Amino acid sequence: MTVRISDDAVAIACGADEVAAAFIAAGVAVERVSSWGMQWLEPLVDIDGVGYGPVSADQVADIMNGKAPSLGRIEDHSFIASQTRLTFARAGKTRPLSLDDYYATEGWLGLAKAGEMGAEATIATVITSGLRGRGGAGFPAGIKWQTVARAHNDQKYIVCNADEGDSATFADRMVMEGDPFMLIEGMAIAGFAVGANKGYVYIRSEYPHAIAKMEAAIKLSAHLVAPFVVEVRVGAGAYVCGEETSLLNSLEGKRGEVRAKPPLPALEGLFGKPTAVNNVLTLAAVPWILTHGGDAYAAFGAGRSKGTMPVQIAGNVRHGGLYEVAFGITLGQLVNDIGGGTASGRPVRCVQVGGPLGAYIPPAQFHLPLDYEAFAAADALVGHAGITVFDDTVDMAQMARFAMEFCAIESCGKCTPCRLGSTRGVETIDQIIAGKNVEANLALLADLSETMKFGSLCAMGGFTPYPVMSAIKHFPEDFR
Amino acid sequence: MASIADILTAHKDREGPLLPILHDVQKAFGHVNEDAMREIAGALNLTRAEVYGVVSFYHDFRKEAEARPVLKLCRAEACKARGVEALVPIAESQNRIKVEAIYCLGLCAVGPSAMVGDKVYARLDGAKFKTILEAM
Repeated sequence: MTVRISDDAVAIACGADEVAAAFIAAGVAVERVSSWGMQWLEPLVDIDGVGYGPVSADQVADIMNGKAPSLGRIEDHSFIASQTRLTFARAGKTRPLSLDDYYATEGWLGLAKAGEMGAEATIATVITSGLRGRGGAGFPAGIKWQTVARAHNDQKYIVCNADEGDSATFADRMVMEGDPFMLIEGMAIAGFAVGANKGYVYIRSEYPHAIAKMEAAIKLSAHLVAPFVVEVRVGAGAYVCGEETSLLNSLEGKRGEVRAKPPLPALEGLFGKPTAVNNVLTLAAVPWILTHGGDAYAAFGAGRSKGTMPVQIAGNVRHGGLYEVAFGITLGQLVNDIGGGTASGRPVRCVQVGGPLGAYIPPAQFHLPLDYEAFAAADALVGHAGITVFDDTVDMAQMARFAMEFCAIESCGKCTPCRLGSTRGVETIDQIIAGKNVEANLALLADLSETMKFGSLCAMGGFTPYPVMSAIKHFPEDFR
Repeated sequence: MASIADILTAHKDREGPLLPILHDVQKAFGHVNEDAMREIAGALNLTRAEVYGVVSFYHDFRKEAEARPVLKLCRAEACKARGVEALVPIAESQNRIKVEAIYCLGLCAVGPSAMVGDKVYARLDGAKFKTILEAM
């Protein structure tokens, strides 16, 4: 009998350590593995492939006696069976820090393939795959690599953006905690392709488990990626450092203020050297692409959004978790069919896609396919594909206010529209909520939003108007 | 306990060492105060203003130690959707624990969530939240 329990932060926060201890106390060996991503079932206990969950320590005896109801085979669970897991192929199955497990599941094949085909062909493969930046901007990863590769400099860097600060996103965290070697392999491939011998992973300080796993994995695999060297750097609680130029300043030991572009980081990035800044999910997709080929990856997806996206279904949702699927699935399928509607059992009022800078979307638009261009056309963004579900008790004026408040708290202060606009935005929404000059203040807020959208240096101030204006547009009754 | 000089020595070969140094100083002393900033600035050949600018930019660094135990409560959108705001009055009804807002622990499908040190909690309700506060 093999008992597997995740040691992912969600599982631990839900009591997985206590459950594992109860099995060990009962004389059963426990393997701590990555999470399947079915977070409403955590702590999920996997006994020879059959699942039980959510389990508390006092249920362990019943499970061992066969008295507890099981969920059946985990791999056959509809939430898992309906996914296309490329990046999360190992989720739930392997021990995060086991090199043996990683080798046994196609580990390091991508890096070997890159070495065989050479740097140029590696970049060509990533271009063929159609892989776009998974951090939100959706820029073609292969093109970025090509720019760095063609820059002439004796020192280049790979920077992995693991500053996953958007609410409703946790896929980066799951990669780092559950499959850290995959990310290291992706970074090593990127380094080989562009000619960089040093890589930094910038992880937010709110993720202590991910930091520990990455540091351990880097030590265990150093000889396998040499001469490429990977180092973890820990953020310090600034949301804006998820913006790539702010992140670079932070890595250099400066205030995390945004830089004006150009110059592009690909040409003048970390310490002024050519730097490929890629999101965790972008780099994590690379080993699969090298192993299976660019065409195989591009066969998934829709339009110009190729491959799969690890969607994160969160908030007030019955079946929340990590759902990797080819682009093109509709929002309604994700929220209602996969997510099962709200956890509270009340009607879904709206979802926010793309974190605190993403638009609020009403059920009337649930036909939207997950696709960068389709979302942009609807004044929304895919972002890092985190979906926050809200039920009908949500007050959208309060959520709009929070969007401005969050921007005021987290603005780096470099540009005026973001630094001052956010605070003026909070004040204006407070006037509206108090019922003072509502129409005039709504007009003022729309004007302010335009200024922030077009006048801000980066997405912090530039995208904060999306949640604000979408809330007003789709839920005007909450403002009047 | 490591001295600031020890911490500076440990990071002397790093590129861009300021944040790792500040993290270690914050961890060792519970704060990064004026004296520490002066010593760090001297060692890195930076002005005190530059170091102060960095310390004051990031939420993680405190210029004075926090005497009370700290609980970080996530108040981002996904935890709001799951009812974290109902826990705020409980936090405000006591003064023994400092309850700080934090924006996202990445536990967004099992919120409301909180963190004490490196320990994470999820699926908080009023009773569970009170129990955690009382145990601190």
